[in-house]
Amino acid sequence: MDEPTVVPVAGASGAGGDASGAMLSVRGLTKHFGSTVAVDDVSFDIAPGGSLAIVGESGSGKTTIAKMIVGLLAPTSGTITACGHDRSTPARGAAERRRRGAEVQIVFQDPYSSLDPHQSGASAIDEVLALHRGGSSADRARRVAELGDLVGLDERQLGALPRALSGGQRQRVAIARALAAEPQLLILDESVAALDVSIQAQVLNLLADVRADTGVSYLLISHDLAVVRQITDDVIVMHRGVVVERGATRDVLDHPQASYTRLLRASVPAPGWRPRRRSEWADAPDAVDEVAG
Amino acid sequence: MSTVDGRLLDVDSVAVRLPVAGEPRTVLHDVSFHIAPGEAVGLVGESGSGKSMTARAIARLLPPGADATGRISFAGSDVAALKGAALRTYRAEVAMVFQDPRAHINPVRRIGDFMTEALRTNHGVSKTEAAARAIGLLAEVGIADGQRRLEQHPHELSGGLLQRVMIASALLTEPRLLLADEPTTALDVTTQADVMAILDDLRRERGMALLFITHDLELASAVCDRTAVMYAGQLVEQRTSSQLHDDPLHPYTAGLVGARPSIDGDVIRLAAIPGRPRSAYEAPAGCAFADRCAHAEDACGTARPALEPLEDGLVRCRRAGELRGLLRAGGRHG
Repeated sequence: MDEPTVVPVAGASGAGGDASGAMLSVRGLTKHFGSTVAVDDVSFDIAPGGSLAIVGESGSGKTTIAKMIVGLLAPTSGTITACGHDRSTPARGAAERRRRGAEVQIVFQDPYSSLDPHQSGASAIDEVLALHRGGSSADRARRVAELGDLVGLDERQLGALPRALSGGQRQRVAIARALAAEPQLLILDESVAALDVSIQAQVLNLLADVRADTGVSYLLISHDLAVVRQITDDVIVMHRGVVVERGATRDVLDHPQASYTRLLRASVPAPGWRPRRRSEWADAPDAVDEVAG
Repeated sequence: MSTVDGRLLDVDSVAVRLPVAGEPRTVLHDVSFHIAPGEAVGLVGESGSGKSMTARAIARLLPPGADATGRISFAGSDVAALKGAALRTYRAEVAMVFQDPRAHINPVRRIGDFMTEALRTNHGVSKTEAAARAIGLLAEVGIADGQRRLEQHPHELSGGLLQRVMIASALLTEPRLLLADEPTTALDVTTQADVMAILDDLRRERGMALLFITHDLELASAVCDRTAVMYAGQLVEQRTSSQLHDDPLHPYTAGLVGARPSIDGDVIRLAAIPGRPRSAYEAPAGCAFADRCAHAEDACGTARPALEPLEDGLVRCRRAGELRGLLRAGGRHG
């Protein structure tokens, strides 16, 4: 396995380069499940307003990292700092949990399972507003409508239950709900992966607009290199829990260095592409798939 | 049985209605295409386009209560009329691979039992012979230790391995046509490339025809001779795969190409198609794509266009001729 070429940590482009200026700083993050090392000594920074992708396939550890950042899993070792506050250990008390919620929000792949089937989008967004912002119900209703505008949902759609919405509309509700907490960082865990191509384009454009309008940072967890190129500035490539390459998204995709990144890049269908058997790869990394024997 | 006009499969004006809450709803409308022996045809579309339902109609796997009209012929025989031994032969000659292998294999039975059942029960092949054939095919799909795999249960295999097992199983009866419905969608991208290469090799070696169903236009183009694009239960375009991406005939195809982000170039803003994909029963009265189409005129909303020849393809758009050259490069910005 190639060791990563030593490049300054991602997000280091521009003024927020030093660790103290980073919005999110992850150092030596490690997670063991029994004897399995799911995430092995991963470090990266995201500058305020930056956008970083973690790219990898099943078992790369990318979703485990997202879960540790939002507090759904406790790291085995390493530190996670968001907005200057440590979040490597569980929050003590409601106030700290709330503060963490206002710093980092997450949008999952399947909005159908992450939204309450009995709650309208407007109500789901209002609940977050009441918790994080307070204010009168009239103020909150105004803010719900503003957030609806931001993500392209009208009043009728906001009032509908998830089952009455299309996949793209549900994902807009999930994004609006996450933004209601006014987070500094939005984690997008395969958030556009399940959407139809024509809807995916709408949501990707929306995500670009939201970042431009609000200055929120993104951490995109994805296996889709074209999506990664569309909405991130920097990327880290993971394989079996280890970072194998990192750099500016454009450079890594145009000139992949690690053999695994090259395999990943060459596996994406494009005009003129021919599928190749893994055995045809002279420098193929260990077969990615031959697990569970 | 012989093929007519070099056609192995002929789908002619097929329409399907399904009962939804007691009401019949159209899911396929006027679907016609054919596949020659050994030919690979792609069927591309978004949710609700009817691509999977088309495969199910061909495989005679439509849900109960489905009302199908039109005619599907395989090697000259009317598929709807097949019974008994002829139907069993058809099921051996037309095999199907699905998106989620775990949903189509019995989790409590061993891989070996699953793979050899059809051979042993329908074709009178001995247990030893069936196992030997299964091991041979597993080797062809890149699984070296076939003997050990036959003893394992589905949960012991990764998604990529299990899908290769499903492909090997589908090939055991030596089908002349393989219906592959999003066979790699649930797989990692490097595994997808591997599985597609295997599928492509096997198809060429065996002269087997392939109907490859996917939402990924570029994947279909890479492995299919011809590709058909479906929208709202209809075919809207059919073309040589190499032409479809760079020189689409239908505004919807151009829209699909333009909406997809690029891996090797910077696109400032994606040319998204407004609105959402329609199912056949909710499509507007005229052209099904008219309400999302940047090129639609008033007349597009009144009469439903027919699938008509244009250049080397077929297209269902009344303005297709005048739009030649205007749809190129998918209207991409930046």
